[in-house]
Formats: sequence, structure tokens, C-alpha cells
Amino acid sequence: MLEIDNLSHVYGGGTPNEHHAIDGLNLSVAEGELLCIVGPSGCGKSTLLRSIAGLITPTGGQVKVEGNLVRQTPDNLAVVFQDYSRSLFPWMSVADNVALPLRRKNMDKSRRREAAQEALESVGLEAAGRKYPFQLSGGMQQRVAIARALAYRPTLMLMDEPFGSVDAQTREDLEDLVLKVRGHHQMTIVLITHDIDESVYVGDRVVVLSKAPAHVVGDLKVDLPGPRDQITTREHPDFVHLRAEVGRLVRGHATV
Amino acid sequence: MRGRGMRTAVFRLLVLVGLVAIWEAGTWAADNPFFPRPSTIVVRMHELWFSGPPTALFLTEGAVADILPSLGRMALGFAGGALGGVVLGLAVGLSARVYDYLDGVLQFLRAIPPPALVTVFLVLFGFGLRMQLAFIMFSIVWPVLLNTADGARSVEPLHLQTCQAFRLSRAERLFRVILPSALPKMFAGLRLALSLSLIVMVFSELLPGTTNGIGFQLTFAYQSFDLPAMWAGIVLLGVLGYLLNELFLVVERRVLAWHHAAQRLVG
Amino acid sequence: MSAQTLSRAVPASATTRWRRRATGAVCFAALIELLSRTGVADPEFLPPATEIVGRAATLLLDADFRAHALTSALAWAIGLGLAALVAVPLGLLLGSVPIIDAATRSVVEFLRPIPSVALIPLVALVIGTGLQHRVALVVYASLWPILYNTMYGLRGVDPLAKESLRAYGFGPLAVLRRVSLPSAAPFIATGVRLAAGVALILTVSTEIVAGRGEGIGVFIYFAGIAVPARMADILAGVFWVGLFGVAVNALLVAAERRAFRWHHAQWGERE
Repeated sequence: MLEIDNLSHVYGGGTPNEHHAIDGLNLSVAEGELLCIVGPSGCGKSTLLRSIAGLITPTGGQVKVEGNLVRQTPDNLAVVFQDYSRSLFPWMSVADNVALPLRRKNMDKSRRREAAQEALESVGLEAAGRKYPFQLSGGMQQRVAIARALAYRPTLMLMDEPFGSVDAQTREDLEDLVLKVRGHHQMTIVLITHDIDESVYVGDRVVVLSKAPAHVVGDLKVDLPGPRDQITTREHPDFVHLRAEVGRLVRGHATV
Repeated sequence: MRGRGMRTAVFRLLVLVGLVAIWEAGTWAADNPFFPRPSTIVVRMHELWFSGPPTALFLTEGAVADILPSLGRMALGFAGGALGGVVLGLAVGLSARVYDYLDGVLQFLRAIPPPALVTVFLVLFGFGLRMQLAFIMFSIVWPVLLNTADGARSVEPLHLQTCQAFRLSRAERLFRVILPSALPKMFAGLRLALSLSLIVMVFSELLPGTTNGIGFQLTFAYQSFDLPAMWAGIVLLGVLGYLLNELFLVVERRVLAWHHAAQRLVG
Repeated sequence: MSAQTLSRAVPASATTRWRRRATGAVCFAALIELLSRTGVADPEFLPPATEIVGRAATLLLDADFRAHALTSALAWAIGLGLAALVAVPLGLLLGSVPIIDAATRSVVEFLRPIPSVALIPLVALVIGTGLQHRVALVVYASLWPILYNTMYGLRGVDPLAKESLRAYGFGPLAVLRRVSLPSAAPFIATGVRLAAGVALILTVSTEIVAGRGEGIGVFIYFAGIAVPARMADILAGVFWVGLFGVAVNALLVAAERRAFRWHHAQWGERE
């Protein structure tokens, strides 16, 4: 599904402010997998995601999605950004926000509206279509952003610290929402987070990155008995063990 | 909330009435021909413009000769200048590079007080409507252009990334993302342009060679030493300016409802 | 705007931007030169840029022109200064007392939209057409932006800051001086900058409508009504007025930036 081969990215190459964000990163993600990428803050996670999404052109190495080299944003890919307040369009209603990307899909207007409504239902916001983003709470706005990605029916969904700006309770609800929609839609998800617990709780597999310049320092399979539950999963011995291991990997390389 | 709004409105109206009463008393006491009483001014306004037959909506021939041409000039000039400013502003604002190259020249053109250029337009077009329209358009195009360009330039980067991540076309990006983002600043420019267009409209009518309009009526009153008529013209322009501004605010509140609501939430 | 430029929208450095502005100005002048020299635009209506700038330079040596320019600058400066002297204290007074603020709001809303040029004939009748005519109109027109912005700035003052000062036993005047005035200062500065532009418009308008005496507007007007019109003179005059406007604006913006920094730094210290 996703192949990353010897990826490197340097910002401001040749200037005094040169910054190596990623260096020689290799990673492959299988179809249908939910991969969490964790790493210390400022380690180049977002650069990695933007390279996969074709939003930036990496200075070295290559990214392939479904076997095709990424030069611009691949079809069938959707992104959920961390900052919902700046990625949703404040001048459009919630339904229009969700329906906007569907214009690329050769759907007529009523079909687009239906698809948007369906997506809003699947995130529990069926009644919010006519509202404007600023009328919703932060957690609800992020649900809208997720609905926008879902409506597009991507085969690969990228999520950049999608729950980084909401409170703890909302965060748990949204984690469960991702697990739920993932069961309904056939897609591969790459979720970036700096929260170790979250990565183990949500992921099938957790990849740990070093601090910048980022490369892979750990790759763990998460084999927890499903379905996952905020209370019981988190007290499962395997969860505790994995969490500690991911924590050690992140710490170890964060303090060097 | 609504009750409070009503109360302030009534309060302000009372204050206004009180001040007009003081004005009336003051002019009565001073008895100076340069400062006619407000009641005299209102009577003169009625005579000049609003004592016509009901079939003409009570407008007199004078009103048709003064007010309508002025408003027409202003509307056409404003529409043309605003449209030009918005289109050019978007074009300039789309590229940081183009903006940088043109910034100096545009700042210079905006800094020129429009009346200084009126003789240029007189030489090019001669006296008349064409000159007045070109003059009004040229005067207001710069504030609109610069504000629109500024707005188009300051689009939230994550919005542009979202466009890219969802593969929106250039047209969709321009009309559904960049244009709405630029609207608040564009409207700030348009509001400046509105009051400026009233000023340059009157100015263009004060020039010799004009044959109608409120500005012409002012000149005529000046030459015939008709002070009540002069004050009537000034009051009329004040009322027109006020009404046009209110109308503009109504439109702005509708178009930018999302922006104001979001602003209030942040504040 | 390709995907590439979007994601790599690194803002250009200040030097690069200045170089681009200068290049833009030179290209603009070159375009005028070209249009005029090739005859695409009638040189009688649009003289070559070199001729305009050359004329502008030689005008500086012309004592008559200098007198015109100085008269205008004087009317502009006196008018703007008087307007600030009146409007700032008045705005502070009106803006600090809520009941007066509410009462005068309607007056301000009704007087502000009167296009000040409409007063040119009336003021000419009342006080004649000398320097006082221009100054009076400049004062009237510049008053509103300063007054409005001062009152607006006072409305934004943090009530908590005022209350805390009052709690320490400071009187209303001390509160005005220590809290209200500093927090309204940036708005007052913006008002003065807007007024500077309006004042220039009024100076030139009044001179042109009066059509006699001294002033850059009079100079431009006579160059325009001459037969044939002296286009190079008109545009050279416009060039100087525009340059004056740009310079004043740039100066005030720079002053505001400095003052803001001080303002914020001091605020930061107190908190």
C-alpha cells in the first residue's frame, strides 16, 4: 500500500538555518493496516506526513502509494490535520465543508449532498450539516474534519496528530470513533501522534521515530484482544508492557 | 438584547433632537446670515427637492437635476472602481512575488490625493460625464486593490494545504477559498472607497464646466449667495453619506456573517 | 501558483522585497517612457517618464514652485496639528464617560459622513479664501478619523486594568493617564495616519476649487487649464504630492512600530 524508501528532507538547504528533518527513513505499510507513528515533538513527523501526502517534495528518497511514486497528492488519499479550526473553511456550512472535496469525484450535487450527510452520520453529527464550524465545539469540528476525509472514501487516510487540540474526554471519544469508522470503511490509516498511550491503544502497529533527523528506531506489532475498550484494554498486561516499551524507545532517543 | 438596542436608539435620537434644538436656539440668538436656522434649512430642502408632484414621488425638477445625476455618477464610478480593484487586487495578491514588485508603485498611486489628478482627467477627457466617471474610478481603485491583494495574500496556509490535499482545482481554490478569505479585508477597502467616492463625486461637480449635480447646486448657491440653499446641500450630502454607509453595513453584515460570528467567539 | 510554490512559500527577505519594489518602480517608469516615446500614448498627454522626473527635479530650483509647495505643506501641517490637538483630548473626554460616549455617538455618526469638500464653498463665504480657508477644512476633515479612533481605542481598554488601579486608590485622572491613554495610543496613532491622508486630499481640493493664491493644487490647476495644457508640469506636481504622501505615511508607520514595541514591552513588564 505505502512504501517509503530512504526518505530524507532538508529545510533551507545551503543556508545557515539548514535543518535536517528526516534522514534515511524506510517504512512500509500493508493494505488495511492502522499504523501509528510516534516520536518526540519536533522530530519531523509532520514532514513525513506531508511527504506522503505530496504536500512537500522530499529532498531525497521516494514515497510510493499503491505502487505509484508520489509527486503530488495521490488520488484516494485524504488528510486530517491537527488544527481543525484552520483546516475547515469558516465561510462554509459544515455540509459544504464535507462536500467540497467531492467535486473532484464527478458526482452531481444531490449525490454529493447525500455522501456528505452519510459521512456526517458516521461521525455522529447528522444534525449539524447546516451549522457553521464556529458554532461547534473543538471535538465536533474535528469530527467534521474526519467526516470530510471519510466522505471522500479514501483508500489511505493520513491523520496528523488529529486529537492534539482537544480535551482528554473528547480525545478518548475520537479515538474510539476512528476505531469504529475503520471497521466500516476499508482503508489504510496512518496516524501520527506524540501520545504513547494513544499509539498503542489505536494502532495495529506502532513505529517509533528518533528525534530529528528522524529515522525508524522501533517497529512493534500491537496484538491486543479486541474489541478495544478505553478501560479494559488500557489495563491489559500486554498494553502496559507495550506502552512501556514504546515509552523507552521514545525516551531513549529523545534525551540523547 | 433587542430591548437594549431599542433603548440606545431612542436615547440617541433624543440627543440628536436636543442638539438640533440647541442649534436652532443658537442660530436664532446669533442671527447671523452665514448660519441660517435648521428649520430654515429644512424648509429650503423641502422647496428645492421634495415639494414635487406625487406622480414624481414628490421629487421636484431640481431633485431630478441635482440628486439623481450625482447618485448615478457615484454608483457607476463606485461600481467600476470597486470591480476593477477587486479583480486586479486578486490578481496581484495571488503571487507574493508579483505583490512585492508592484507594492511600491501601488503605494505611490494610492498616496496621490485624487484631486491632484483631476486636471489630468480634464486634459484627457474634457469636461463632462466621461471625465467624472474616470476620475471617480481611478480615485477609489487603489484602496480596494491594495486591501484585496492584502486579503488574498494572507490566506491561512493550512487552508491552501487542505485545498492541495483534496486536489481542488485552481478555480475552486480561487473562488471557494482565496476569495472568501480575502472578503473581510476587501470590505474594509470597499468601505473606504465608498466614502472616498462621495468626496470625489462632489469635488468633480464643484469644478467649472459642470451643469448638474449636488456639487453644482452648491456652487450655484455660492455664486448667488443663497446660504440656506448651501446648507441644504451640505445636510443633504450628510444624509446621503449616512444612508449609503448604513446600506453598506447591512450588506457587509450579511456577506461577512461567518467572519463576525467567528470574531466574536475569539474575542 | 503550483503545488511547489505553495508549500515552499518561504517569505522573501526584506532586502529581496526592497529590491523587487525598486525594480517594479523602474519598470513602471520604463513602461511610461516606452508608451510615450513610441507614440502609443500621445506624448502631449503622457510625457516620457524621464521628462516628468526631470521636470520635477528642475521645479525644485524654481522659487515660485517652492513657494506653492511650502504653502500647501504649511496648510496641511497646521490643519493636521490643530485637528490632533482638538480631537485627542475631546476623544478621551467623550470616550471615557459612557453616557457622553453614547450621547455623542449619534452626532459623530451624522457629522462624519458629510463629505468635507462640500464645505469648501460655505467656508470660503464665511472666512474667505486664504490660508485660513484651507486650514479650517483640513481641521474639519482630519478631526473625524482621529476622534473616532480615539473613542474606539478607549472602548477596548481592559476594564480589569482600570478596576485594579482604582482598587489601589488611584483617581479617575490617574486611570486615564496610566491605563486608558496608553492602551488607546495605538488607535490614536492609526487615526492620525488616516487623517494625514485625508488632510492632503483636502489641502489639494481646496486649492483647486479656490483656483487662486499659492499652493501645489493651484500650480497643478493652472498647468491644466493652460492652452495647451502643460502635462509635464501637472505630472511633476502630482509626483511631488504623491511622494510627500508616501513619505508621511512611511514615517508614521515606522513611528507607530517603534511606539508599539515600547508599548508592548512596558505592558509585558507590568504584568
